[in-house]
Amino acid sequence: MIEHHLPALLVVVPLVAAVVTALIRHGIAAYVTTLVASWTLPVMALMLLGQVLDGGEVSYALGDWAPPVGIEYRVDGANAPLLVLVAAMAALVATYAPRSVASEIDIGRRGWFYTMFLLCVAGLLGIAITADAFNAFVFLEISSLATYVLIALGRDRRALLAAYQYLILGTIGATLYVVGVGLIFVMTGSLNMGDVAARLAGIENTRPIFAALAFITVGISLKLALFPLHVWLPNAYAFAPSMATAFLASTATKVAVYLLLRFLFSLFGTDFVFVQHPITPILLALSLAAMFAASFVAVFQEDIKRMLAYSSVAQIGYITLGVALATQTGLTGAMVHVLNHALIKGALFLAVGCIVYRTGVFRIDQLAGIGRTMPVTMAAFVIAGLGLIGVPGTVGFVSKWYLVAAALEQGWWWLALAIVASSLIAVVYVGRIVEIAWFREPSSRVRAGKRLPIEMIAVTWVMAGATIYFGLDAEFTAGLAGRAADTLLAGLAGPG
Amino acid sequence: MTDAQLVTLAVFLPALATVPISLAASRPNLREAISLATAATTAVVVLSLVPGVIAGARPETARFSIFAGIELGFAVEPLGMLFASVASVLWVVNTIYSIGYMRGNGEPRQTSFYVCFAVAISSAIGIAFSANLFTLFLFYEILTLSTYPLVAHRGDEEARSGGRVYILLLLGTSMVLLLPAIIATSVLAGTLDFTQGGILAGTASPVIIALLLAAYMFGIGKAALMPLHFWLPAAMVAPTPVSALLHAVAVVKAGVFTVVKVIVYVFGLDTLTGIGANEWLIYVASASLLLSSLIALTRDNLKARLAYSTVSQLAYVTLGAAVATTTSVVGSSLHIAMHAAGKITLFFCAGAIYVAHHKTEVSQLDGIGRKMPVTMAAFLVGSLSIIGMPPFGGMWSKWLLGLGALDAGQAFVVAVLMLSSLLSVGYLLPIVARGFFRPPPGETMEEVKVKEAPTACLIALMITATLCVVLFFLAGDMQLLLEGMFAPPAQL
Amino acid sequence: MSQVAELLPLYNYWITIFLMISGLYIVVARGNMVKKLVGLSLFQTSVYLLYLSPGKILGGTPPIIAEGFEVYSAPLPHVLILTAIVVGVATLALGLALIVRINEAFGTIEEDELFDRDDDDA
Repeated sequence: MIEHHLPALLVVVPLVAAVVTALIRHGIAAYVTTLVASWTLPVMALMLLGQVLDGGEVSYALGDWAPPVGIEYRVDGANAPLLVLVAAMAALVATYAPRSVASEIDIGRRGWFYTMFLLCVAGLLGIAITADAFNAFVFLEISSLATYVLIALGRDRRALLAAYQYLILGTIGATLYVVGVGLIFVMTGSLNMGDVAARLAGIENTRPIFAALAFITVGISLKLALFPLHVWLPNAYAFAPSMATAFLASTATKVAVYLLLRFLFSLFGTDFVFVQHPITPILLALSLAAMFAASFVAVFQEDIKRMLAYSSVAQIGYITLGVALATQTGLTGAMVHVLNHALIKGALFLAVGCIVYRTGVFRIDQLAGIGRTMPVTMAAFVIAGLGLIGVPGTVGFVSKWYLVAAALEQGWWWLALAIVASSLIAVVYVGRIVEIAWFREPSSRVRAGKRLPIEMIAVTWVMAGATIYFGLDAEFTAGLAGRAADTLLAGLAGPG
Repeated sequence: MTDAQLVTLAVFLPALATVPISLAASRPNLREAISLATAATTAVVVLSLVPGVIAGARPETARFSIFAGIELGFAVEPLGMLFASVASVLWVVNTIYSIGYMRGNGEPRQTSFYVCFAVAISSAIGIAFSANLFTLFLFYEILTLSTYPLVAHRGDEEARSGGRVYILLLLGTSMVLLLPAIIATSVLAGTLDFTQGGILAGTASPVIIALLLAAYMFGIGKAALMPLHFWLPAAMVAPTPVSALLHAVAVVKAGVFTVVKVIVYVFGLDTLTGIGANEWLIYVASASLLLSSLIALTRDNLKARLAYSTVSQLAYVTLGAAVATTTSVVGSSLHIAMHAAGKITLFFCAGAIYVAHHKTEVSQLDGIGRKMPVTMAAFLVGSLSIIGMPPFGGMWSKWLLGLGALDAGQAFVVAVLMLSSLLSVGYLLPIVARGFFRPPPGETMEEVKVKEAPTACLIALMITATLCVVLFFLAGDMQLLLEGMFAPPAQL
Repeated sequence: MSQVAELLPLYNYWITIFLMISGLYIVVARGNMVKKLVGLSLFQTSVYLLYLSPGKILGGTPPIIAEGFEVYSAPLPHVLILTAIVVGVATLALGLALIVRINEAFGTIEEDELFDRDDDDA
């Protein structure tokens, strides 16, 4: 019975928990509710993944209204891994949270923080699981609004500005997206993704469809932080509370990637998007710009969170590069990097959260000698950093392998060189941290500090360990990614 | 214990030892004892495999799948056997030397030193025994990463700067050139396994094969092929035991080992010579050889001079592989061992001179032979081996290289070899001559008192100097081992 | 001329486009944060028109099933836009709340002044 309703429960549980937390408001009770609700999510997501791996897709009609009239939730090879990712990250970050949040957010606001966190999780899971285009907009805005609040609760007053800037840009993005959906709705009369895909095939005048594609792509790219629409990201990641940044960095942009993939491949179709229209060169150029420019800027950052934020923009460039290549290998590379980068960036930001908790410091030059005073945390940081560089044995290597192989399969050796050359820049900015952390004398600010709570360091190490584990036993993640790529390339046949 | 288990043990034992070594941080004698014991055990394990391999056995471990047909696995063949033996035996000697050097100099953070060393040796043996390009690349990168802290060990600005050049150049070449080359190989050949006769025959046009070879040769930055050799002089900021083992033996030999391995087991000698893709490499390697020898002549800093000498000697190996006849390849492989013994001796002496008298420049070394007779005698032995004189091991590898070149009709290579021997006389023997025949500055010959290096250092350099002689006599057996690279698989 | 004649009946789209562009322009060109929000709301409103106006079928009645009526205007756009309006209201409310807090924290809501004060923080 429960198995049947899992798709709906995945969204309903955090939503209800958010309401409960909003009503409770008392810090500890709110946290416990959050923790319990968060841990049910990976369990449910894994069950769904199991169902998909066994029997193909899972289709769920909300309220038993059959699609295309009703809203459909659909889980297939493309979004099942993503659901597991978001759910797992929510659970892990929630476990990490209590003392980190306590140290960064006033007691009166903590209940609200957890409410917003749960809303954000619900929104992200909703985007990933829905098969209705407008429903995706609703969830997109739910998660975005919750994100704006999460960011605004940061300690620094500039967090408010960052939240406002993200609000403006994010709303423009969402509105562009809904314009695109509107155009599709006018042309096909349906909002269900599978139904639209079927109806689009028979349409003669494709100019509005192309306009819809353009609007949707730009709209989602704003959420995705694709260069040059990434301006909101560095501020947002730098000023948000540490736990929020860790969660957002590993999930928000990834879900946006998924949404883009769903539209590009399942809805519009590979042929329309990549063959009939020049999406590949555009996406390729923007991805390369992201990879090089953002990595380069990251080298010169003074704030460690900002550096990691620019690094994220660059890594998103890798993902969209795989999308632009639009082959089985390329898409597998993109999907596997979605998973892998989430692990890497999650670990990095969690480690930074530990540093901020203990020393209150996040300026890189003030972190001198921290490798000696916080060796365990910094070891996790370095391991995840090696993943960013793409050292074999880490998850970053797996993604890089697929992307380079995809480029070489097309005979674009220059692209392969660009991919590896840009990861060389990662050596510089990770190496800079290593040098400062270990080859300088510890400053006074770094020496002093509260004891690191066990849950914070444990979760950080789970994530860092995962970057090595899935780098050595990559069959699971690569298999899921390959399956996702196949599903996407096959397109959606019709409502489930 | 089966051979396969011994292979796995040999690779991972040093890395596992890092745990007890770290735990023993506060008790230096125990810590050093653990290092020494691990080194000795590893050497014994590795050497126990030698007789089997000479007889034709090729132990292999099971493959561990990473993803999409990429596997991790070990397989022993003659070249890898040689490299692993050299690395593990010299690690024992180097540990003895390190004890003397690090304590004599009062170097800080010795525990992290021994820990990184252990990981580096594990990686070197992992490279030696790798069954395919992925395994090799994995341990290759771990080697770079684990030796970076060793290079920057002193922690001051100069050391950090040297460390930066080191890691950027090595990671840069491996990520930008070697990795795409490996992936391209996987796409073209469908496999990454090292196979006798190579895996690239007929998979792509000659131009692509030649470009791929270039990507490999320059991508294997550890082989210090000019102009990507800068990391090696930069790495001389490291403490001398690091320079001795790693930059005379483990790291650089891992580089040229990979060069030979790729040429023999990925490209295949016949494929290469058939399409003539190796011609350009002969010229580049020769140029590297001669240029670095010339630069060595101009360097006053002893370690810098030895570093450029190493660049030159590494080019010998690359040159032999480029000539691509079985004799020249065997000569190259032999040179891996011979140069290792000779160079480590020279570095040990350089470090001993620094510990005992704090002198680093050649111009300061007048009369040092009177103060440190044992050290300088060992230096003489090492120099003669490098130059290629009998009765020292270096002679045989040069002999075979020359022979192989003549086989391939490359008389020009023989000329290069002879010229470089002359040059090495020029940059090595004057040090010995000044040491013994000139009085130290400010003293007369009669006043000189003997002040030698710490005992542990002396023992180590005497062992390696003796090794140079021993290898002269063992060369025949080693040649037998290496010719197994080209023999058809034995019936077991 | 015939092209203009073709495009003229699409006046609903022209209004949509006009609102969209003006909204975006205000967001970009105005430095006052409240004004930006107004521009954003204008931009979002244009989208409502985009959905609603094609939903009206010429000659169609309101979408309530009744005897004798065959042609109905589309009901779905109204539902969708109600949702979108709710989202828009929530965004506006959140934006205004942020502006209030920014004013408390920085003492101004003009963008250029904020930049100056922001740099001092570093």
